[in-house]
This record gives sequence, C-alpha cells and structure tokens, in this order.
Amino acid sequence: MNHWKRLAPGLLWMAGLPLLSQTHSVPSTAAASSTGQQSRSATAHAAHPTDGERVFEQNCSRCHNAPQGFSPRISGTVVRHMRVRASLSKEDEQALLRFLNP
Amino acid sequence: MCALSFIPHAAAQNTPLISGGVGFFTSTNGGNTTYTPVLSPVLVAPLGQHLLVESRANIIESFFPKGSGQTGYTSSPFIALSYLQLDYLATPHITAVTGLFLTPFGTYNERLSPIWISNFQDAPLITSLGTMTGAGVGEMLRGSAVSTPKFSIDYAAYFSAKSTNMQFNAERSTGGRVSIYLPEKRLEIGTSYGRLLEGEQTNYFGAHVWWLPANSSFKLRSEYAHGTHSQGYWIETDYRLSRFGGAETLIGRLEPVFRWQQTFRNSPDPSDGLPSANTQRTDFGLDYHLPHEVRINTSYARQFSSTGNRNVWETGIVYRFLFPTWKGKE
Repeated sequence: MNHWKRLAPGLLWMAGLPLLSQTHSVPSTAAASSTGQQSRSATAHAAHPTDGERVFEQNCSRCHNAPQGFSPRISGTVVRHMRVRASLSKEDEQALLRFLNP
Repeated sequence: MCALSFIPHAAAQNTPLISGGVGFFTSTNGGNTTYTPVLSPVLVAPLGQHLLVESRANIIESFFPKGSGQTGYTSSPFIALSYLQLDYLATPHITAVTGLFLTPFGTYNERLSPIWISNFQDAPLITSLGTMTGAGVGEMLRGSAVSTPKFSIDYAAYFSAKSTNMQFNAERSTGGRVSIYLPEKRLEIGTSYGRLLEGEQTNYFGAHVWWLPANSSFKLRSEYAHGTHSQGYWIETDYRLSRFGGAETLIGRLEPVFRWQQTFRNSPDPSDGLPSANTQRTDFGLDYHLPHEVRINTSYARQFSSTGNRNVWETGIVYRFLFPTWKGKE
C-alpha cells in the first residue's frame, strides 16, 4: 500500500499530460512530423493516406525518426527488418513496401 | 529503419545492409567525468524469402579517473553483441527467432536502447528488472496477432537457456509481452512477464503506456516493472519544436526531453541492478537534430537517495548511418 502512495504523484502527473498535449498540439496535416522529410511526405499523402503510410506512422515513427533517405537496394531489407522489430503482419509489411517503393 | 521519401521508383531489393550509430559521450557523475566513444553497428542480411539474419554489436572504450588519490585517467574497452539472431518468417502472423535476442520485457530494451534512438545517455533505472541480462539465448515467437485500422495486438514469447559465454551471456528464463495499440488514439498499452528459472525462480511483471498524439510532436513513454526485491517506474516525454517554422529550422531542430523515475527497494538484492535504496531521479534534456543524421544530446539529472544525492551532467553527439553492404542489382 505504501508503494502505491509513493507512486501516486507520478501517476497523477501522467494522467494530466493529455491536457498539456491538447494545448500544444499542431493543427496541421503534418502527421508524425519528427523530421522534415516526414513532414513533406506526410503532407502530400494526408488527404488520402495509404495503408503503407498508416503502417509507417503507427509503427516505425513510434520509436525513431526516419532516416534522411536510403538506397532502393536495401528497401526490402529495411522493411523485413521492421517486420521483425515492430512485429508487423505480412499484410502490413507489404503495404509498407509499396509505400516505400510507389 | 524506415524512411518516407526520396525512394526512387524501383523494385525493392534485399541487399544486406549495415546500419547503426557512432557517438562520443561525456558524463559527469558526482564530480567524476567519464569520456566514452561508442561504435554500434547493425547488420541485417535476408536469406531467401523467409529468413533474416540480424546482429548488433557495441564497441566501447571508456576513459575514467584512476581514483584512489591518483591523478590522470585510465581506460577500459568493452566489446559485446547485443543480439545475433536468425528470424524465420513462418506465417503472416508468426516469426520464429533463434539465437541471441534482446529480452522482450517492457519497451526500453528492444526499442529505445540504440544510441541513435535513446533521448538520454543513461538507461532508466529499472531497465534490468525482467530483462535478465538484457538478452536471451534460445527461441522466441513474435508477431502481430491482429492488425486492423481500429486496433492491433502484437506479442512476443521466449525461452532462454543459461549461457555463461562472454558474448552470449544469458540466464535460464522465460517470459513475454503483449501490447494493444489503438491507432486513432495513438495509444499503446502493454504488459510483460518474466520468470527466472534458476536460483530464487523470481517472477517479474511489467506494464507500459505509450501515447504519441496525432498531429503533434509530443511523445509520452512510460514503463513500470516489479520484481521480488524491488520495483519502479519511469515516465519520459519529448516535444520536437517543429511547429516553429518546421523541423529543419534553427528552433525546429530542438527537442526538449524530460524523464522522471523512481525505484523502491523492498529487500536487499545486489544482483537485480537497481539502487540499493529508494531513489528518485529527474532528467532534463535538450537534443539538437543537425543535418546529415547527426544529433547532439545534453542533459542534467538530479538524483535523490538516502545513500546520497548527486548531479549528473551528460553530453553526447551521435551520427547514424545506413547503407548497403554492396552495390546489388542495377
């Protein structure tokens, strides 16, 4: 019980964060804009987001920023690596591959 | 490992890749300064349509004061594999992993520990709870159980044998993690379980909450872990200032980060990796994202404990690289 009392300040602080975020959210179409590349591409796709874009934003972007670009020679390798690391289904893997190789 | 843009119209190729990060870090902890150059390469090599070999290593040289009244510095090298695994993509929802793999307990160990991803130099204080040595040697099944536009559920379950080999150090243990992700809320909630199958047969429980609201650069990540002798939690937030003129402006490259953590000691256990007394720590950081995949991290932490309070100042610079191992097909 004592531990829960000590945990309480942290949990309350955590519960209040949604209000903070609402105040500072960005009212634009730039989804998951952690880098400039993401912003530009995401804006272009925002009106009709593809499955691959959804997979990217919901899985890859959660942990890290996008690289500033890479060779198409390794795009299949990158996506397979992400399938394992981010626990993607095969369908999500294929959607992501189409997104990276339109 | 994903990129959104500048991919030419070409068929995807499976050329093996080299990725990772190289960095130089300094840490002043309680008045003692340590300098640490780090190289952390990642190799990813597909084999056919269903197999993938992945490995990450850490090559570290630490320079620290000699201590014991002596002046000057001494150094200590450290070379270790984080993981070396063979992945078999068995079905659309199951991947079988064999070899040395990162323990799937909580989120930090698998997702945030690479030097080019983590916001702070120091791992959270509870990182060792449930992750055993940080890696397992054996088998793991993982994948996406369900993935829809409304929600997705992913899982990982493993068994590890004991290994005392220096490069494949692991405890005999089992465990796993289940997470549910709600895309519309951008909310992930998960729970982890681990059991040490030797010695005290300790059980570990964990929970995590991640929230990265849409249309915002704000990120919240948090974890709780409980073991027989100790428990604790951490909460980390960051906010890239890209709303001020874009992500590539002077201000937009800044990313303030904050972390709050507490650990609680129930009974003595020098082997679980947590502080020997109840500890509170607050980290304030400021990251700066330079062009060409270079990032500068700075932070100040104040740690409170009955064994002594201390200040921790840290700075670092990290370059992230990613390229094919050879030319591949035209």
